[in-house]
Amino acid sequence: MKYLSEYRDPELVSQYLEEIKKTVTQPWTIMEVCGGQTHSLVKNGILDLLPKEITMVHGPGCPVCVTPLNLIDKAIHLAEENNVILCSFGDMLRVPGSKKSLLEAKAGGADIRILYSPLEAVRIAEANPDREVVFFAVGFETTAPANALSVLHADRLGLKNYSILASHVLVPPAISALMSDPDTVVQGFLAAGHVCTIMGLEEYYPLVETYKIPIVVTGFEPVDLLQGILMVVKQLEAGKAVLENQYSRMVSETGNTNAKEVIEQVFERTDRMWRGMSIIPGSGYEVRESLQQYDANQKFDVWTVDTPEHAECIAGEIMKGLKKPIHCAQFGKKCKPSNPLGAPMVSTEGACAAYYHYSGQTELVEA
Amino acid sequence: MKMQLTCPMPKLDFDVITLGHGSGGVLTHQLLDAGVFDLLKNDHLSNQHDGATLNLSGKTAFTTDSFVVNPIFFPGGIIGELAVYGTVNDLAMCGAVPKYLSLSFIIEEGLKMEAFWEILVAIKNACEQAGVQVVTGDTKVVDKGKGDQIFINTTGIGQVLDIANIAVSNIRPGDCIVVSDQLARHGIAIMSVREGLEFESDIESDTKDLSKVVEQAINKFGEDIHVLRDATRGGVATVLKEIADQSKLGIDLNYRDIPVNESVEGACEMLGLDPMYVANEGVFISIVSQEIAAEYVDFLRKDAASSQAAIIGTVTEEHPRQVIMTSAIGGRRVLSMLPGEQLPRIC
Repeated sequence: MKYLSEYRDPELVSQYLEEIKKTVTQPWTIMEVCGGQTHSLVKNGILDLLPKEITMVHGPGCPVCVTPLNLIDKAIHLAEENNVILCSFGDMLRVPGSKKSLLEAKAGGADIRILYSPLEAVRIAEANPDREVVFFAVGFETTAPANALSVLHADRLGLKNYSILASHVLVPPAISALMSDPDTVVQGFLAAGHVCTIMGLEEYYPLVETYKIPIVVTGFEPVDLLQGILMVVKQLEAGKAVLENQYSRMVSETGNTNAKEVIEQVFERTDRMWRGMSIIPGSGYEVRESLQQYDANQKFDVWTVDTPEHAECIAGEIMKGLKKPIHCAQFGKKCKPSNPLGAPMVSTEGACAAYYHYSGQTELVEA
Repeated sequence: MKMQLTCPMPKLDFDVITLGHGSGGVLTHQLLDAGVFDLLKNDHLSNQHDGATLNLSGKTAFTTDSFVVNPIFFPGGIIGELAVYGTVNDLAMCGAVPKYLSLSFIIEEGLKMEAFWEILVAIKNACEQAGVQVVTGDTKVVDKGKGDQIFINTTGIGQVLDIANIAVSNIRPGDCIVVSDQLARHGIAIMSVREGLEFESDIESDTKDLSKVVEQAINKFGEDIHVLRDATRGGVATVLKEIADQSKLGIDLNYRDIPVNESVEGACEMLGLDPMYVANEGVFISIVSQEIAAEYVDFLRKDAASSQAAIIGTVTEEHPRQVIMTSAIGGRRVLSMLPGEQLPRIC
């Protein structure tokens, strides 16, 4: 398929692998930030093709994995107790809350609908004026513009029954938090190409300056990932720490200015709890006060208890790059997609799910 | 090519189906007499008895399936033909020539008679295409909200070909895995029109009769065809994993050999779905002796129902019970069963 097959070209892949092997002289640990990148690395078998000196650790860029447990509980509560039509991206549905997932709530009779676009949720609100419609607005900077547009669209239509339950998270503060952790093992980053397509490069310069760490904004196809890894390795071997853009066919210096304006109109920055990790200052978006009638957090007075994560789940350590899914004692045993102890086992961008589905570790563990 | 409607709907006193049409009384008879019996006419059905009396001899295949697709009219087909071909194809996978079907409807009250008529005509056309007769049936109507317009169950009986020997125990290392057509068209066609997920596409369901081409293939290649499986729900990956588990053998696949058309591939990329796990309604998997594999594929390609047939992998003694795919770039990954439905991703 045009614009994809070129980036899955086996010839180019082997050239990049060869180049990486020639360049690397010592062990390096590199984190790919985005869960989409993790899945591509595992699904295409790239992790096994890389020289042993390179360890890839898998970052927190899986939006549903870092959505706080009590927010999932809140979404379930809205659908079950407040007669709300709760709309969500499909990926969110299997993620466990403290007692159940949205999928289980749906099976129990709650009106939960899987959508591909938040604008569809606005259409549902228009068609159901007697019901409250809430869109579970999960995601990184990538999905923020579409979610913000849904608010502006609802506002233009004068809808009183539409709101969003925002759980937006932002990449640069997460990189800061990871690098401020004294235990960190990360020596270089592949930043998330799609996030930077929206946001541009501006916020990443201070990160390379402050933490003296190479960051390469990278795409998602095999050739993208290998080129990104090569660029990081070259910097590490040369003792450099600069910002580079591998994904230049999508990412410009300034990003998508229209999209950023829409985000600015609807959202403001806030401290955000990252599931499995901690509260990271300024790492999330919430709906601006001037538009608070569209903020489900303001509109519905739902009180949820903070429930601790499952004691045996090491999702936080995995997302900080300190451990890999196979280091978890319960991987493929107690924790499986059919019975997840944590979110990364069920999300299509979760590192544990990637290892479980593609790498064959399950079979090894089960055997 | 899709059949055209050829049977105009008769004039009726009602234009929607109500609870009374399932009561067994006057309305039920009106509904059935209005067309069902005429449309699907054959000696067995004309008896209007409690059941059909059949003369069967030799090895007989027997299967059942229920059809609950939403929406009931979708790009490239409707629930009626799906209900016939689904069961007919299952019989074909047993090495049988499909003969007889039972046909049961569970209708939600409020279904438009026009829609029901269109479904009946599709059933009639599909039965003619597959050479099967509907010999018995049932109609029930449930309250509004207790169903989803219409559910259909069909049960089928077929005569197993003498020459057929289809069993997982026949699989040998070195056997070739053949798929009969491009993957994932049905699942993506349905998703493209499902509420909340609609996207513009020209992708049509691949629902079709496979019994003719399978019968010819069995007559030509006989015992060299070791296994036949319909790759419906769960897609090709799920079926192959089942076969690997049952046979305790491994399966090697090559991503580059998997036939997927460009629109489907694009839709899968956009939605974050893997075509190997998306449902098909007109694709079967064959596991055949290596010696005849190339000739077998050439043979399938001559039939419109399997014109895109391709060898996608081989059976191996290595990695028993695992299905391993060589990726586009030469890496390897395991294909396991999915825990549930594939759900579209966030970004």
